[in-house]
Parts: sequence; C-alpha cells; structure tokens
Amino acid sequence: MDLELTEEQRMIRDTARDFAVKEVEPKAAELDKTGRWPTELVKRMGELGFMGIAVDDTHGGAGMDNVCYALAMEEISRACASTGVIMSVNNSLYCDPVKKFGTPAQKDRWLTPYASGEKLGCFGLTEPMSGSDAQTMNTVAEKKGDKWLINGSKNWITNGPHADTIVLFAISERNPGGKSKHTAFLVDKDTPGFSREKPDEKLGIHAAHSCTVFFENVELSDEHRLGGVGDGFKVAMSTLDGGRIGIACQALGIARAAFEKAVEYSKERKSFGVPLANHQAIAFMIADMATEIDAARLLIWRAATMKDKGVRHSQESAIAKLFASEMATRVTHKALQIFGGYGYSREFPMERHYRDARITEIYEGTSEIQRIVIAANALKG
Amino acid sequence: MDFDLTDTQKLVQQTARDFAQKSILPEAAAIDREERFPFEILKGLADLGLMAVNVPSELGGAEAGVVAYSLAMMEVARACASTAVTMAVTNMVGEVIAKFGTREQASKHCPRLADGTYAAGAFALSEPGAGSDPGSMRTTATRNGDKWLLDGQKMWITSGAHAGVMVVWARTGGPGTAGISCFLVEKGAPGLIIGKHEDKMGLRGSNTVSLTFEGCEGELLGDLNGGFKIAMMALDGGRIGISSQAIGIASAALDESIEYARDRKQFDQPIANFQAIQWMIADSRTELDAARLLCLRAASMKERSVPFSREASMSKVWSTEAAVRVCNRAVQVFGGYGYTREFAAERHLRDVRVTTIYEGTTQVQKIVIARAALK
Repeated sequence: MDLELTEEQRMIRDTARDFAVKEVEPKAAELDKTGRWPTELVKRMGELGFMGIAVDDTHGGAGMDNVCYALAMEEISRACASTGVIMSVNNSLYCDPVKKFGTPAQKDRWLTPYASGEKLGCFGLTEPMSGSDAQTMNTVAEKKGDKWLINGSKNWITNGPHADTIVLFAISERNPGGKSKHTAFLVDKDTPGFSREKPDEKLGIHAAHSCTVFFENVELSDEHRLGGVGDGFKVAMSTLDGGRIGIACQALGIARAAFEKAVEYSKERKSFGVPLANHQAIAFMIADMATEIDAARLLIWRAATMKDKGVRHSQESAIAKLFASEMATRVTHKALQIFGGYGYSREFPMERHYRDARITEIYEGTSEIQRIVIAANALKG
Repeated sequence: MDFDLTDTQKLVQQTARDFAQKSILPEAAAIDREERFPFEILKGLADLGLMAVNVPSELGGAEAGVVAYSLAMMEVARACASTAVTMAVTNMVGEVIAKFGTREQASKHCPRLADGTYAAGAFALSEPGAGSDPGSMRTTATRNGDKWLLDGQKMWITSGAHAGVMVVWARTGGPGTAGISCFLVEKGAPGLIIGKHEDKMGLRGSNTVSLTFEGCEGELLGDLNGGFKIAMMALDGGRIGISSQAIGIASAALDESIEYARDRKQFDQPIANFQAIQWMIADSRTELDAARLLCLRAASMKERSVPFSREASMSKVWSTEAAVRVCNRAVQVFGGYGYTREFAAERHLRDVRVTTIYEGTTQVQKIVIARAALK
C-alpha cells in the first residue's frame, strides 16, 4: 500500500495544472456562454500529449499510465468540464479500444494520428431508443459479399460534430428471442452515407459538442472491423470500464473547482459580523465536500491502477464513477449554496459547475447502470 | 502508487481473520448478551501479536505497521465489535507509551500490554463535563515531593476496570489545553476508585466505567504541560482504529445481508432480484470501499510519519457515518428478522452506533477537516 505519486505522475499533474490554469480556465466562462468548440485547446492538448496519455509513444501517445491520465483529466476538468470530456472521449472511448482490439495495420491508421492529437475520435453506442439497454440497438451491419453494409443512427455522440472517425457498434447477427450479436467498426467521416446533425443543445458542457450521426448504406471492408465478428458488446463494455474512470475524473475536477472557490468565498464574505466560514453551518459543508472529494479520488486511483495492471476492474470503475459523479452533484450543490444569490448568477462560475456536474451521473453508464453492475458483483459472492 | 498489500500486511490480515472467524465469532452473540468481558479472547489476540501491532519489537510489539494494524482491526471487528474496541484502546495505549514514555516506562508496560500480562490498557481523557472540549477538564495533578497525585473524575473509560495500566490526563498548569499533562496510573493504585459499569446500547462486552482519583499516584508521561499534544496525537491514530472497527462491523452486516437477500424469497423469487434491495447493496458496497480507502490512506500516512490528522478525521467521519448507514440498511434487508436477536444485524447496528461518537465525534472531525481546508 503506497499512495504516493511517482515522479512521472507528479510531472504530468503539474504540467496539466499549469496548462489548465493558464490556458483553459481563462476561457471556460466564454466557452460555456457561447458554446464555441475550443479548437485551439484541443490542438494544445494534442501537443502536450494529453490526447493519448496511456497510448504507447510508438503509436503517437504519451506512453504513460492510467493514473497519469486520471491526474491530467482532473486538472483539465477543474478548469473546464467541456474540454475535459473532449479529452476523455478521445483517450478512453476512442484510443483505448483501438489500442486494445486493433490490428497493427489498424493502429497505424486509426490510432497514431488520434493519440497524437492530429485527428479526433468519438464513440457510437447509444441510439435514440437504446441507452442503458445497449442490447436493444437498431443499427445493423449486414455482410454483403466481402463488404459490410451499415444502416442506422447513433445519438448523443460527444465529439461527433468534429470527429474524424467513430468507433461504431452495430448488430451483426439478429437472434429473435435470443441475444443479438454486435460488431464494432471504425467509420471515417468522409465515408459515403455517413452524415451528422447539428450539435445538441444541452444543460451544461456547452463547448463539448455532441450530435446524432446517421449511417445510410455505409459500405465498409473488413479492414474497418474492430475486434472479432460478434465481439462488439465485449469491446463496448471493456471500453466503458476505462471510460468510467475518465468521467469519474471529470466529475472530480468539476467538484474540486466548485469546492476551492467556495472555500475562498467563505473566507472573504461576511455575515453576522464574521466570515461565512466561521459559521459551523458553512464549515461543515466544507468538511463534507473535502472528505467526499478525497474519497472519490482514492476510488478513481484504485480503478486506474487496476487497469494499469491489466486486472478486471469493472466493479471498481463502476464504484468510482457512481461515487464521483453523485459526489460532484452534491458538492456543486453545496458550493452554489455557499455563494447564495451569487451562486445562481451567471456572473460567477458556480451555476456552470452545477450544470456541468449533472451530466456525469448520466453518460457512460447512468448511476443506475453502475448500481446494477455493483450489486451484481456483490451478489455473485 | 500501489494499492496492493505487502506480504506482512497480508499475513497479519490472514492471522487476524483466521483467529476472528474461528475463536471470536462463535462467542460474539454470547459476549453481547451476557455482557461478558472477553479475557480469554484478548489473551489469544496478545499471543498472536495483535495487542501491539504497531509497537516496536524490542518492546514486545509486532512492529507490523499501521496498515497491518488497521487490517487486523477490521477482521476482529467483523467478528466482535466489543473485542475490537478493547484491542484498539490497548494498541493505542501501547503506542503512546512507546512513543512518549521514558525507556524505563516503555520497557515496563509495553511488553505487558503486548503479551497479555495486562488484560488491556485504558485511555482516560473524557470527564463528565469535558468531552469534545478536553481543554475544560478539571482533574488535577499536584506534585508531592517527587510524586504526582491525581484528583478528579474521568468518564466513559473503556477497559477501565481491567486495564493493567492507563494513561490519564490531568491539569498541572493554567486553564485550557496548555495546562494539561499526561500520567501513567497502574491497576490497583491507591486512590484509584473504579466506578459503575455503564449500561450501554452496544459494545456490551466491552468494559466502560467512570474512574475517580483521590490522591491517586501517577507517573508523568512525556513533558510537563505537554499532555494535550500527546492526547491529540494518540487520537489521530485512534481514529484510524475506530474507522477500522466501523468498517469491520459494517462489512459483517453487509455480507450477512447479501447472503440473506440471496436466500430469502418473496413474490416467488429471491429478494436479491429486486432493484430496491440491489440498490441498498450497491450503495453499501460503494460507501464501504470509499471508507476502506480513506482509512488505509490515513494508516499508510501515519506509517510514513507524515502529518495525517486531516486524513484520519476524513477517514473517521466517512467510515463511521457510512457504517451506520450500511448497518441500518442491513437491518432493513433482513426485515422483521433483522429486528430480532436471532440474527446479528441488530447487534451490528447497536455496536456501530457509538463509532460516530467516541474518539472524537463526527462533529469534532468536521471541525478538524474544515480547519485544514480553510487554512
């Protein structure tokens, strides 16, 4: 048991913190208000190696571990939750499955430029009528000769409007009465039949664009198939085990931003003749926030170290994600409360943190899905 | 960064688990029902080195570290919370004497605490009028030649009637925390009067008494008027012990409720099939995992001798509050059976309830954490 960061881990945390404070945080309010996609920040993250932290340097990545990834995600998300999730999707939902399931040729083509930040990836699992129950998807992949024919649509695709390639999941074998089989594909944006809607309008993470994407008679060769035929569900679930660590980090970063500002404010703002912090009502909120933030971070680090060791971490990722995301909602709620009326005003960042935190309980597996995973594991005995 | 346990830690954990499951668990219900102080079990723990896990080996301790101590506590508490708190206080007293005592004091008492010559150690800080605010204590110590004589009253003293040695705090200077010193008082010292045994909601096998000191002889431990620092340092470590106790109790409650949920059928299926039950189990599992990590983090920091007050308080507030929720949910899963003495669920709930109170209430922990955050 040793919870000290290694030198490399400290280094990337400091680099990420420095970049986040100097280049990301000053833009966060504007990105939220205008909903502008932060092209320049995405580019800078690529230069810093943040778009493929846990990808080998031979494939364009930073060649670091998942604790490094977690540390950088926390810092970026603390500055701007939108920028955080753009980074998370490229790292966890795109690079990770290509790294794990791709052939050497696929990695050269679909991993290297994405891990280096030259290109951007996204992940297509959810559909208009298929969210938590991913088995019920309608997008199909039909084998026609030596080609696959893809038809269907995917929605809430984060990075979708700007991505160069999507990791797509489709039904490749429909078994009426039984479980259908799915297969994963890599689909480039310029493929005929691929199109996308305008970005979704959302409660928060305004600068992280998502959209619905359509596949109309999209023709793919087997070169585009990621993993074995029928292995799609396995690819998706294994990817989400990692993705949940990323979203937990995003939640942690948002919570920390709100917490740190609430601490500062409670020391400056006076009521009844003393700083807010002198009232136990406020001090105890701060104590609860601090404790839960630390607990979330430990749960995240545990899951990340397990992923690095290559051991099964579905349960630990689910626990980290459930705890961190619900923690972020509680913490941003309390922080907004400490700011009072100012917390509700768009002149201050509290309402943004509160709106941004809310998504973390929903995407990459709702809190309800996490509880199903955790209970199933616990009840297995 | 590495969350894995070392071989020593695993060995201590396994040793504690084996003994707890084989020799403690079968007695736990009777210990609770009969309010039986578990002398034999405590001796068994001493024989395994578990009464002085983090005490140097030259003083008879196991010198296995704080993480190992925490893991052992979890295992013992999982079987019997009364035994666990007695073990926790004894370990704490051994550590205090090893750290602050003279060579003579340490080599006299530590080996006896470690090997079970003393049934237990005791820690006497609280008074009828001084709980969370020890600076308001009224027990005094006055010098008489080369001796110190203690006068006053202490309350809620775990193992007070059976302890071979106790550390006692008394006022030697002005008001507040700066005028307090720490003393060693041995069992049977003239002027030490053991008061009535408290009739408690839980931990019924642990001994809890008030103590009266009437010109009772004590030996100064550490610096004159330096007692408050000793108390606070001891409690920082003690909070890891109580966190571990809470986690152990709650783990037992959760495991038992999981087993019950798989067996119990309603509406033609195991109640584990219902999301209402699954959600309670998932929340308990998640909250306990967070507790365990906060606790082991504080333990590993103490082990590395870096400041850990904030982390110990976070561990205690989260672990104990979560443990109460977990034990409460376990009773709910058991339904009516959970309310009966036929199952351990009600004992777990009674036992765990004190953990948010002693060795620094939840409210005191939050004061510590907020102060650190606002610094």
